[in-house]
Amino acid sequence: MSYLLSSEWSRLILGLLVAVGFSQLNALFLVWLERKIAGHIQLRPGPMEVGPHGLLQTIADAVKLMGKELILPLKADRKLFFVAPVLVFTPVLVGFLVLPFAKNMIIHDLNVGVLLIFAFSTFTVPAILSGGWASNNKYALLGAVRSVGQNVAYEIPLLLAAMSIVLMANSLSFSEIVHAQRRLWFIFVQPVAGIIYLISATAETNRAPFDIPEAESELVAGFHTEYSGMGFGLFFLAEYTNMFIVCAVATSLFFGGWTGPFGISLGIPGIVWFLFKTYVLIFHLMWVRWTFPRVRFDQLMNFAWKVLIPISLANFVVTAVVVKFV
Amino acid sequence: MAEQDTTRASQRVYTLNLGPQHPSTHGVLRVLLDLDGEYIVKADPVIGYGHRGHEKMGENRQYRQFLPNTSRMDYLSGMLFNHGFVLAVEKLAGIQVPERAKYIRVIASELNRISSHLLWFGTYLLDLGGFTPFLYAFDDREQILDILDSVSGSRLTYSYCRFGGVSRDIDSKFIDMTRAFLKRMEKRWADYDGLVTKNIIFIRRTRDVGVIDAELARRYGVTGPNLRACGVAFDVRRSEPYEVYDRFEFEVPTGSRGDALDRYSVRFMEMRQSCRIIAQALDHLPQGDFMAGKVPQKLAPPRGEVYSAFESARGLSAYYLVSDGGPGPYRCHIRVPSFGNLNVLNDVLPGTLVADAISILGSIDVVIPEIDR
Repeated sequence: MSYLLSSEWSRLILGLLVAVGFSQLNALFLVWLERKIAGHIQLRPGPMEVGPHGLLQTIADAVKLMGKELILPLKADRKLFFVAPVLVFTPVLVGFLVLPFAKNMIIHDLNVGVLLIFAFSTFTVPAILSGGWASNNKYALLGAVRSVGQNVAYEIPLLLAAMSIVLMANSLSFSEIVHAQRRLWFIFVQPVAGIIYLISATAETNRAPFDIPEAESELVAGFHTEYSGMGFGLFFLAEYTNMFIVCAVATSLFFGGWTGPFGISLGIPGIVWFLFKTYVLIFHLMWVRWTFPRVRFDQLMNFAWKVLIPISLANFVVTAVVVKFV
Repeated sequence: MAEQDTTRASQRVYTLNLGPQHPSTHGVLRVLLDLDGEYIVKADPVIGYGHRGHEKMGENRQYRQFLPNTSRMDYLSGMLFNHGFVLAVEKLAGIQVPERAKYIRVIASELNRISSHLLWFGTYLLDLGGFTPFLYAFDDREQILDILDSVSGSRLTYSYCRFGGVSRDIDSKFIDMTRAFLKRMEKRWADYDGLVTKNIIFIRRTRDVGVIDAELARRYGVTGPNLRACGVAFDVRRSEPYEVYDRFEFEVPTGSRGDALDRYSVRFMEMRQSCRIIAQALDHLPQGDFMAGKVPQKLAPPRGEVYSAFESARGLSAYYLVSDGGPGPYRCHIRVPSFGNLNVLNDVLPGTLVADAISILGSIDVVIPEIDR
């Protein structure tokens, strides 16, 4: 009992509870933000009715989704169908475990934090695949198959870009990586890796112009075509939380995490810096989504295998050589 | 050997029922796609979900009563179909139309053509996954709808052209609004070029996709911008000028490759040409009556038949009317461009990807209720 109440365990449990609460609120906020940004980009105000500037709109939507019936399609695989939306949310939560929000605001400063986050982010693939497969719907299956191809292809440049940073910082721990860029952010040292990371992260989170697993004009809604109510809601929330995580990781790896630019913090608390940078990156993702049309599946794969992977591999090797001999 | 291959292939092939309820089938089109992975082996468009029997209705009504129906076939170019119908009936009954009315009709028709092309532009980008141009295009289109609303009282189903003229004269407010619209669009074309036409993703998604050559187009009776994209400069307004189109200077834009990008560019250039025509018509708008003096309420044209072609937003359209001397047509047949344009999919789709199928379908710009009538 005393072991359970020891500081490490209580910190973990409390941290996870906060993470769950934060991720839900954050996802609701991001959905609102996306609709607002989309609205303003498209010459319209976006949600305006519920709450000031529609701020409570997504809460109303979530409540509505919870009240909806979960419809199981005919001949669907019952177990997989209901497990998939839960499964898609787990890696998202694990991600919060190692993210450094500020100098001492990290739930568990694991020495393999970077590895853990990328390892668990792969979990979304089986979740999407089982959701698409279990639905007994051709559109859903097509979406799921596309998703697997896409995520496998884009994880490689994503990892290679992150590994270049790991070599620079000589550590897999997030707080040490952030510490290593207290003077100069890694984006200035490793611009190629940074750009590759942002492109791959867009694809990894299935966002436009790489949103082909759920390409609405082709596959209706892709892998979650048959999901209703909170089943759909969980996929939706997971997408936005995932977005937050890839942007938070980008902030830590390339944009100096909780530190200010060039070591100037202006007395602003670390967490504010961190969230500010993360939301700027998220805004960038949204901006891209509402500007560009969608690429085609084969073009997407060609881009990953023929452009991104060779470049990121070359960047990785060059970084390794430079770090070793300089 | 070959036989073995086909059996193996046939086991891999599955059928995807695209539509009639699907976000990108523009109304009620259903396409049966046989797919091998994501590659299309066979495409079979199924039509008839929007059949309302317009042609039969035409034969059971007086000429006047059929006029509202004409804007409900191709609901995106209602004015053009109104225009074509009154032209056919005027030819049949020998009604003389005042000059001013002719110019007003041309202005209204060309505005309608731009609005139809703008809607196509928006939905086509939507098919390609770009959501924002859709709302920009709708914003522009809204201006046209307001202009036409101010004079006809209706946004889509105008019934503005009447036998012998138009229902209401245009006033200075209409002219000011139209001129303001033309001015606004000058800037918008540049915006669209920068945001969409020069976008690398857009070009890659459309270049060499869904190539229709002139021979294939001829076999299927493809007309309109789709035909002009293959390099055939056929436009009814130019080749068999009706109304006063022979008095205006305008070009018939053509493409060279016949792919989706060419169809896109041709429609875009056409919108600019329509703007040119409107500007010229406004400059030379004659004074006078907007309606012929003596058009009887109940038309009874002499025995005879008439075939009257016009260029709708989608291509060669025509009314074929046979009169037996009665108050309504004995036979009323309508030639619509979308039928030929859609069926070319049978030959174009096989071998492409599902994503391209949506892109090609969108680039061809069909209005299904026009086919079903």
